[in-house]
Amino acid sequence: MKRIYLDHAATTPVRPEVLTEMLPYFSENFGNPSSIYAFGRENRSAIDRARDLIASQLGCAAREIVFTGSGSEADNLAIKGFALANKHKGNHIITSAVEHHAVLDTVKYLDKLGFEITLLPVDHYGMVSPDELAQALRPETILVSIMYANNEVGTVNPIPELAKVCREAGVCFHTDAVQAGGVLDLNVSELGVDMLTLSAHKFYGPKGVGLLYVRKGIKLDSLIHGGGQERGRRAGTENIAGIVGMAKALELANQERLEINERITALREQLIIGLRDRIPEIRLNGHPTERLPNNVNISIRYIEGESLLLNLDLKGIAASSGSACTSGSLEASHVLLAMGIPHEIAHGSLRLTLGRETTEEEINYLLEVLPPIVEKLRAMSPLYSPS
Amino acid sequence: MYSEKVMEHFMNPRNVGEITDADGVGTEGNPVCGDIMRIYIKVDESDRITDVKFKTFGCGAAIATSDMVCEMVIGKTIDEALQITNAAVAEALEGLPPNKMHCSNLAADALHKAIANFKERQTKQA
Repeated sequence: MKRIYLDHAATTPVRPEVLTEMLPYFSENFGNPSSIYAFGRENRSAIDRARDLIASQLGCAAREIVFTGSGSEADNLAIKGFALANKHKGNHIITSAVEHHAVLDTVKYLDKLGFEITLLPVDHYGMVSPDELAQALRPETILVSIMYANNEVGTVNPIPELAKVCREAGVCFHTDAVQAGGVLDLNVSELGVDMLTLSAHKFYGPKGVGLLYVRKGIKLDSLIHGGGQERGRRAGTENIAGIVGMAKALELANQERLEINERITALREQLIIGLRDRIPEIRLNGHPTERLPNNVNISIRYIEGESLLLNLDLKGIAASSGSACTSGSLEASHVLLAMGIPHEIAHGSLRLTLGRETTEEEINYLLEVLPPIVEKLRAMSPLYSPS
Repeated sequence: MYSEKVMEHFMNPRNVGEITDADGVGTEGNPVCGDIMRIYIKVDESDRITDVKFKTFGCGAAIATSDMVCEMVIGKTIDEALQITNAAVAEALEGLPPNKMHCSNLAADALHKAIANFKERQTKQA
């Protein structure tokens, strides 16, 4: 059976060019970068080169980059690390209601430690407003964390404007740019951000490695204490292969992103139009234009997401949903609910995220396979009455 | 994550539908958790369930348990049907994933509501 992967927001395959860069660092060049002899020194240089390469991609200094074990860890370091190091300045943190759980659960934890948390609402596209952010700032606000692009609905936030509000108020601004990595502009000075999270496996790099950009002068407490790696901000022997792979993946992605974005956006629009033509009573979730090039998120009324995914899987198609069963909680997606979408419609959401290798044939296959599945499930649904 | 039996009942349910002249209808679940099950029963003079159909909005487990409870109840008296529990339905499906035991395993409850509705209608008629 044909297998079609339409879940690139979940993860992407490692590109062959990236893997080639990584391979020498498993068995051949295995030295500990902290060792003073040649085995170590050579690997220290490899990490330095990767750091320089990434810094040039982000438009920052190499020393402003902290390598981590994942995007989640980078979010944790940004938020907990900053809050703990700056609690003498204030105890108020602002984020949005639609963040990834790596941010939401982290601020929830800080709430238990006595920090005050504000969750900004979003509009019905899932977007955060700079005006609302400005109104939520207090004298005791120390940190704002707003995601660059939403992982579920693909809505892209106005990061330069949001960052400007914070800069003018003298408040540190972090963005979780995990979904934007390799797709949108990541120049940190143009964005005006103080901290930025990336995860390699979202842009055809390996899993198990991420990074946090930390503007010079920002103080962070380390979450992992030990060997003093990453200038004391993240102990642990470096994941050399992962770091080298991430640098290569980001370089390639940035070289190709404009061209690929154009192609994928066209394919995305074709998919959205095709779905609207073939399936009645669906709605596009997220912003119609200010969205990631590869993201399609639709709600299909009267049916539930997991049963949709199981049927698609049996046809060889990998996709994702915001239903309770697939969100890992007893509730539908917090993102869709925050956007004001009713529960039963949120449970029927389907996320299709395209990749650089997605073809028109694959989109056509999906468009052929999905309508009969929807019809079958609607025929079973007590909410549906065909008119 | 689902047993073969669950997948079989999910993909090829035998009892989907409505009974327009049903003797009892029961609905369980709510849109917040994403499961709504409706069971229709037809009952003869000797209180035996002669026909049963379901309509379900929900995940794989919700649909499979709905179909299974219909299989289990057909031909049974309403007293026998009231003995069927959610746990028994899950067992007949060779188990459900732990996170589904609570939220999506309500088919027996829907059946019991259909029976209660049947009894209510009888009392009204009497």
